Amino acid sequence: MRGRENRILLLMVAPAIIVGAAFFLLPLARLALVGATGNLGLSAYAAVITNPQYFAALGSTIVLSITVTAMTLVIAGFTGVFLERNHFLGREALISMLTLPLAFPGVVVGFMVIMLAGRTGLTGDVTALFGAGRLVFAYSIAGLFTGYIYFSIPRVILTIMAAAEKLDPALEEAAKSLGANPGRVVLDVILPALQPALIASGAVCFATSMGAFGTAFTLATDIKVLPIVIYTEFTLLANISLAAALSMVLGAITWLTLAACRAFAGTAAAAAG
Amino acid sequence: MRRSGYFYAQLAFTLLVCAFLIVPVFMSIIAGLTENFFIGVKSGLTLRWIGVVWDLYAPTILRSMYIALATLAVTSFVGVPTAYVLAKRPGLVTRLIEEFLVLPVAIPGLAIALALIITYGGFRDFRTSWLFILVGHVLYTLPFMVRSVLAVLSSFDFLVLEESAASLGAGFWRRFFGIVIPNARSGIIAGALTVVTLSIGEFNLTWMLHTPETMTLPVGLADSYASMRLEIGSAYTLVFFVMITPLLIALQRYGMQRTKTRKAA
Repeated sequence: MRGRENRILLLMVAPAIIVGAAFFLLPLARLALVGATGNLGLSAYAAVITNPQYFAALGSTIVLSITVTAMTLVIAGFTGVFLERNHFLGREALISMLTLPLAFPGVVVGFMVIMLAGRTGLTGDVTALFGAGRLVFAYSIAGLFTGYIYFSIPRVILTIMAAAEKLDPALEEAAKSLGANPGRVVLDVILPALQPALIASGAVCFATSMGAFGTAFTLATDIKVLPIVIYTEFTLLANISLAAALSMVLGAITWLTLAACRAFAGTAAAAAG
Repeated sequence: MRRSGYFYAQLAFTLLVCAFLIVPVFMSIIAGLTENFFIGVKSGLTLRWIGVVWDLYAPTILRSMYIALATLAVTSFVGVPTAYVLAKRPGLVTRLIEEFLVLPVAIPGLAIALALIITYGGFRDFRTSWLFILVGHVLYTLPFMVRSVLAVLSSFDFLVLEESAASLGAGFWRRFFGIVIPNARSGIIAGALTVVTLSIGEFNLTWMLHTPETMTLPVGLADSYASMRLEIGSAYTLVFFVMITPLLIALQRYGMQRTKTRKAA
């Protein structure tokens, strides 16, 4: 009886395993192999460190992603806790607005930055109004940073809200009655309680920023982030083995970050997806 | 209730963040409906640019829709039974299967797309058909379907229901379609909405996997941003917003309903 049922269960999970093996594991193994068998051989993998150009791209991508993650956690942390705690007219509408960009592809995010800070953008209009000339920063590193913050906030805010919902108000009351000022309450009570959610959503935010392609592609910034370098190597220079090696390195970084944070923060990260 | 100064400071900050996210959306909507965005709304409102978008990019819009539906069909067929097995036999093996299925989300789309091109790019008919894009979308969205269904199945004891049905003589498939599927409905619907939304907006994989004959909506958007006037890019973005917003609203409603019922239980 149970044997028959096990066979049925195996049959039910088989399509997923076949799809995963044929279209994910096998291609990834091929990618790793192609990366190791170009004219550079295995040292293609080291090129990300030995080649100054790729190393600079890796460095700027990591710095950008870390800065974006830190900034996003601060912004989304404040707004998330605020929206979870306070109920007022229009709150639901604000939450909808904050999560709307979740479904925007990177290219659309890039276009939103052009709307804000491009040649005909809002910042230009505003600064011109004050007679300071047109401020245009969409195509610089600041524009890239703005775009990454734009797509990161919606990804973090829901996780923060879910965690803030579980905060115990009694702990804060206790801290206050013992004479802690609001700053201390945030540092000693709220932050430690939010820590798993912050780590989990921070990891997702970092990994997304590392691999983001569409936003940088639309803005065509002169700062080369790693995904753009990989794309250029592959499509324009037909340097396939190097592109393969670099994307394996990039994939390893994002995957290890997510795995490490999940091990550290427990099951909270699994829910973040 | 009296609100403190802190409240208003925080509210102001939250409104600022909302404005940062929403103002460009409205600007782009207006740009797509204005005769000349450089001059501004006083140049007149028009649907002309939407018409231009339809003439230029109609196939990409339709293609994105059917790829999203095909992705939904495949992820439902593959993902729902998988989630059921994972929920029914929790253990090391199923845990590993789950990890393995979720992996594509942790790796940048660009890397997965390169891997697919290197492995299957030689099969010309496959490479140039929309099925190649479908493969990428299925890989990327499957984890969301599996997790969504798995979360619902793990939140109540469906094994007890199944056992009582079995003791009344219901066979395996009768139990699966009569008990498991109806009870997992909310997870399947939420998963389905997520899958369709993600597929319609997918760019990182699709940009590498597409050919000129298999452009999707986001690929067309990138093309229009690079080579068309701002009004056309905006009108095209407006079409994308119109497609995606109902899905998001439905998703949000559904998510809230689910947390409410969970709280009640």
